[in-house]
Amino acid sequence: MTTDKERTTSLDDLFGDFAELVLENVTIELDELKLGLRPMVQQMAKAAVRPALEMPKSLIPASFKPPLGEYPQAIQEITLGATKGQGGTRGNTVTIGGHTAPAWDLFQSPPKRPPIIAADVFDMPISLAKMVKMHYKEVLDDPAEWAKLVVDKYGADAVTLHLISTDRQLGDTSPNDAAKVIEEVLQAVKVPILIGSAGDPEKDGPVLAKAAEVCEGERTLLCSATVDVYEEIAIAAKKHDQIVLSWTSIDINDQKELNRRLFEWITPEQIVIDPTTAALGYGLEYAFTIMQRMRLAGLLGDKELCFPISSGTTNAWAAREAWMKNPELGPRELRGPIWESVTALALLLAGNDLFMMMHPAAIKTVHDLVDWMKEKQKIKPDEYPDWTTLTIPEGA
Amino acid sequence: MAKLPGPLEIYPLLPGTNCKDCGEANCMAFATKMAEHTVKLKACTPLFDEAKYAKKLEKLEELVRPPVREVVIGVGERAASIGGKLVLYRHDLRWSNPTAFFLDVPDTLDADGMAARVKSIEEWTYVYIGTNLRLDGIALRGVSQDPKTFATAAKKLAELIDWPIMLCSLDPKMLAAAAKSIADKRPLLYAATLETWAEVGELAAKHDLPLVAYAPGSLDNLSSLVSTLRAIGVEEIVLDPGTASRTGLGNTVDDLTQLRRSSIIEDNELIGYPILGTPIAVWADHKKDEAPELTKWDEVLTASAQIVRYADILVLHSIDMWTNLPLTFLRSNLYTDPVKPVAVEPGLMEFGDVGPDSPVMYTTNFALTYFTVESDIKQAGVNAYLLVVDTEGMSVQSAVAGRKLTAERVAETLEEYKVADKVKHKILISPGMAARISGETEEVSGWTLKVGPRDSSGIPKYLQEGRWKEE
Repeated sequence: MTTDKERTTSLDDLFGDFAELVLENVTIELDELKLGLRPMVQQMAKAAVRPALEMPKSLIPASFKPPLGEYPQAIQEITLGATKGQGGTRGNTVTIGGHTAPAWDLFQSPPKRPPIIAADVFDMPISLAKMVKMHYKEVLDDPAEWAKLVVDKYGADAVTLHLISTDRQLGDTSPNDAAKVIEEVLQAVKVPILIGSAGDPEKDGPVLAKAAEVCEGERTLLCSATVDVYEEIAIAAKKHDQIVLSWTSIDINDQKELNRRLFEWITPEQIVIDPTTAALGYGLEYAFTIMQRMRLAGLLGDKELCFPISSGTTNAWAAREAWMKNPELGPRELRGPIWESVTALALLLAGNDLFMMMHPAAIKTVHDLVDWMKEKQKIKPDEYPDWTTLTIPEGA
Repeated sequence: MAKLPGPLEIYPLLPGTNCKDCGEANCMAFATKMAEHTVKLKACTPLFDEAKYAKKLEKLEELVRPPVREVVIGVGERAASIGGKLVLYRHDLRWSNPTAFFLDVPDTLDADGMAARVKSIEEWTYVYIGTNLRLDGIALRGVSQDPKTFATAAKKLAELIDWPIMLCSLDPKMLAAAAKSIADKRPLLYAATLETWAEVGELAAKHDLPLVAYAPGSLDNLSSLVSTLRAIGVEEIVLDPGTASRTGLGNTVDDLTQLRRSSIIEDNELIGYPILGTPIAVWADHKKDEAPELTKWDEVLTASAQIVRYADILVLHSIDMWTNLPLTFLRSNLYTDPVKPVAVEPGLMEFGDVGPDSPVMYTTNFALTYFTVESDIKQAGVNAYLLVVDTEGMSVQSAVAGRKLTAERVAETLEEYKVADKVKHKILISPGMAARISGETEEVSGWTLKVGPRDSSGIPKYLQEGRWKEE
C-alpha cells in the first residue's frame, strides 16, 4: 500500500500540471480519479502521438460488396394499347412495371420496363399556366390535333384524353358525346390512348363505362376508379378487357382497400395505382414516400400493392413558384418546366412508372432522364472531370 | 437494418443524477428522448464536463453512433453538420441534417469579384412556410493552381464570411498552403485521391480537419482509400464516389445508393460516412457558344437526383432563383418529419380590423395552403375573416378530390365557429380550386358562395374589386 503522498508524486510525474489541477479537489477517491483520468490520458496520448504518424507504405486494399436485397415478388407488368394483331388499332403498345428491385437500383437489376410519359389532352379549352398554354394555343379546341401535337412534336409515348366537358359544371356533355371525341383521337394518333374522367362523382361512372365500350380491344387505361366511384368502372373494365387506374388520396390503406374491392371484378393484370401527386414544395414528399413504400411493399410480397404506379405530374403547376410572374424569381419560361421536371425526377426515383405531363421541355427532360439512368455506363476514373480547376464563364 | 439503441440501453450510461440540466424531468426521460432522436447527447452537459463520466461517455458515444457518422465543417453558429444518418427511408424516421449546399468561389476572382460573389451566396434566400430558405457554405476552388494565390484567397474568404468553407484542389501543395492559413476555421479539405492519400491524409490528420476521399468510378477504390486514410489517423471523412451527369447519371445514382444502403442496411462500418455530390461538374461539358441555361438545367437535375439519393453535401455553381428554388424546396420537402401531418388548427382567423361588413373566405388546414393564404391576405393589408376548415392537412385540390373537403364539412365549420354572429352578410368566398363544391355548399349551409381566385395570390385584387359583395 503506497501513501497518498507517493501517489500524488507519481501522478504528478506522469501528468505534470494537469494532474495537480485535478488533485486540487481532495475529496476525489483514488479509484474515481483513475477512472476519470484514463480517457483523458488516452486523449492526451493520442494527441501526443499524432505528429509521429505511422504512415502506411501503400494503399490498404479493401473491397466493396454490392448490398443486394431479397425481393420475393415482381411488380406486375401491364401493357397499354393493342395493335391490329392483338385486336386493337394501335401502331404500338407500351408496357410498364415488371420490376424486381427498388427503383433504379442498377446494381441489383435495371428497371424491367423503363417509365413512360402520357401527355395530357383535354376535350375543351381549359385554364392553363401561361407557360404551358403557349405550347398548346393552336390546338386548345381540337383534341385530335392536340393529340397529334403531343405525339408528333413532343414525343409522348401515349395520350391521356381528359373528358372534362362531361362535368355537370363544365358543359355536362353526354357519354355519347365523349365517345365521339374518343373516336376522333383514336383516329388521329397510333399510340395507346388513356381515358380520363372529369372527377364528377355522378358522371365518371357512366362516362368511363362508355369509354370502355368504345375502346373495345384497345387495352385502354380508365382513369380513374376511386373509393367513391369504382363499381361501374370495374364492371366495364371486366366486360371490355380494359385497365383501371386505381386512384387514392395519399393513403396507403385506402389504396389497398380500393384494390381489394377491384379484385372482385378485375385481375391483377388490369390495375395501375396512383396515390396522388402533389407539387414540389406543396406536399411532394407525401407522394414520394407513399410511392416508395408501395413499390417496396409490392417487392416484398404485398399482393395489393404490386402494381405499376402512375403520377399526375402536371399537378406540379399548382405551385405558384412554377407559374407566377415575378422578376425576382427569374424567368418563368425556365422556372415552370424545371418545376415539373424536378417533381417528376423525385417521383421517378421513388418508383413511378407512368407520368402524365404537359410542358414539352419537362416531357423531353423525363425522357432524357430515363435514357440516362436505365443502365450503368462504363466510365473510367479519368473520365470524371476535375471541376476544381474549371473555368466557368463569368456571369453564368 | 442496423439496430437503433432503446432507452434501457442508454439509461445506465447516463449520470443518473436527474439534474435536469438537459431540460428533461430526469435521466430516464432523457434516455427515452435520445432513443427517439429528439434530443442530442450534447444536451447532457455533465457527461462532457465531469471527468468521472468519461468512460460512460465513451461507451454511450459508441452506442449511439449513427451508421453514417456526423461530420462538422466550420466553427461557430454557422458550422455545417452533415451525415449523422440513421435510416435509409424517410418513412422509417425523419432524415437528419438536410443536405448542405456549398456554392463555389474560384480563387482567381479579384477582391471586388470575391466580395460580390460571397454576398450573392450569403443573401440568397426565399420565405417558405414561415422560414427562410438559405444556402450553407462556400467551396473555394483552386482554379489558379498556384498555392500562394489559393492560400491568400482562403484567408480573404475567411475574413469576408463566417460560413463553413471547403477547400477544393486535387493538388496536395495547394491544399497544404490554404489549410495552413485557415486551419482554425475547420475547413473541409477536398480531396485525397488514390495518388495523393499520403500527403493529404497527413495534412488532415495534422490539423485535425475533415477530409473528402475521392475515388471516382470504383467503390472498391473508395473503400481502399477510406481504410488507408483511417490508418493514417483521419477521423472525419466524407465520401465522393464521383458525380457523372447526363448519360452518367445512372452511375451516380447507383453509386450513392450502394454506399448508403451498404452502411445502413448491411452495417458496413468502413464506409459509414457522409456523401458528397458535385453537380458543379456539369460545367465541364459546357460549351462556350451554348446558352448557360442549358448547363444550369443539367446542374439542377443532377443535384435533385443526389438530394433524393442520399447526398449529405453538394457543391453547386448556379445561384439563380429558378435553379435554387426547386433544390431548396426539394430538400425542405424530403427532410420534413414524415409522421407529423403538416396541418394547422382549424378555426376562424381575423386579419386587420375586422367588422360586420368584412369579407369571409375559407381555406383548408394544410399548413402550406394556410400560410400561403395568410401571407397573401397580410400583404394585401385588408380586413378579412379566414375560416380554416379541417381537411386532415390536405390542400384544397387534393381535399376536394379525396372528399376531405365537402359541402357538409364547410357548413359544419361555419356553424362551429359561429361565423354568422360575426358578420351581417351571408357571403362566403370559396377557394377557386373548390369551385366544384360551391353549389352544394350553398344548399347545405344556406350561405351564398362566391368563387375566389384559383391561387391565393389573386386575393388582394379580388377583394379590391369588391365584386364578392354583388348580388
